[in-house]
Amino acid sequence: MKRLLIAGVALAAGLTAASWSMAEPVDDTLEIDGKPMITRAKAPEGMPFDEVLSGWLYREAETRDLERDTFENPGMVPVEDGEVLWSKVDGTAGKSCATCHGDAAESMKGIGATFPKWDADSNKPINVELQINKCRTEQMGAEAYPFDKGGQNELTAYIKHQSLGLPVQIDLAEGDMQSWWEQGKELYYTRTGQLDLACASCHEANAGKFIRADHLSQGQVNGFPVYRLKSGFTSLHNRFRGCIRDTRAEMPKAFSDELMALETYVTWRGTGLSVETPAVRP
Amino acid sequence: MMRRMNFTLGVAAAIMLSTAALSSEIAPEAVEFTDEGITMSLTGTPGDPVEGAKVFKNTGLGNCLACHANEDMASDQFHGDVGPALDDVASRYDEPLLRAIVVNSKTIFTDETVMPGFYSLDVGKNVAEKFVGKTILTAQQVEDVLAYLGTLKE
Repeated sequence: MKRLLIAGVALAAGLTAASWSMAEPVDDTLEIDGKPMITRAKAPEGMPFDEVLSGWLYREAETRDLERDTFENPGMVPVEDGEVLWSKVDGTAGKSCATCHGDAAESMKGIGATFPKWDADSNKPINVELQINKCRTEQMGAEAYPFDKGGQNELTAYIKHQSLGLPVQIDLAEGDMQSWWEQGKELYYTRTGQLDLACASCHEANAGKFIRADHLSQGQVNGFPVYRLKSGFTSLHNRFRGCIRDTRAEMPKAFSDELMALETYVTWRGTGLSVETPAVRP
Repeated sequence: MMRRMNFTLGVAAAIMLSTAALSSEIAPEAVEFTDEGITMSLTGTPGDPVEGAKVFKNTGLGNCLACHANEDMASDQFHGDVGPALDDVASRYDEPLLRAIVVNSKTIFTDETVMPGFYSLDVGKNVAEKFVGKTILTAQQVEDVLAYLGTLKE
């Protein structure tokens, strides 16, 4: 009886999916300023998908076009703000990022593709946002940026943008990265909240389907910080928290151990995809 | 004078009735699942299909269109397709099974289903404080939704 019911449900679901013209990711290629982006990559070993797909492939044509053109991409405005911050002196040491790191186009190339990485000092993974804060407090004599404020997202986006097109490849062999990856994986599959949903409920089991007008992607993070048409410039931890809130669960704090583990794991799930920062999403 | 007394009596009767309805409401932990689903009404008060349609559509209540297409609500755009379309659902399932699916679909399908349990406390971890110990829908809202689903018959 139960099996029959499930078969019926699967059949009905299949019929519904077939009636949508956009139910699958599109067959399209992305080039930004002449640079080809890898939006489909062979999945790393241990992934439940054969292929990892950029969220770009799940978006409508107009949204995809916005990302193709850096003049049209609204996310480039905060990236340019980040460029100004790069050379802005702040703190008691009288330094800017550029004082030590020079031309970001050279010194920051690859950073966006390889973070989070192991930080022996804190004995934890560190992401770009926290690395900026580490530089600010330890080298510049400046205050750490509070979450989502003070230019944190602009500077993070500017730094990640220097890796535009490079494939994501984080190093899990460093330090304890592997155990943080494990914790992140555990969280990815843990159902939370009154709605009892895990990341995997939407982004693995139902990628390609629609929740109302939202086309569920694989939930890749290779384009963060992203420009969201409905809510503006958005950081990764803000997005994580929003998703978790939507399950009607308490939100973990930004940069908490839980969300750093999740960032480590989810970044790995996008191995091989190009950094698209600042990506454009609905 | 007479009119006022009638009115008072009427209100008193209504209060007594609603108290009676409340006391016969089945708590989420006490709901009995059988092979046929949930055979007993959760409240003893017949569901209202008009109210049920509102609960179905409301994004803060059932939000059913998030995942299910429903031709009866074709004027609302963008129906989801995570779950099956609900057209003619009343011909496909008897009411007790539909009730069990709405209350806690994991008892009918598998634990893997992504459909939330709308009258269940068997939920995910770290439930936000304002939702702790609360079900997504009230017992009567579930009955109202069932009454509405009962109209989806070709």
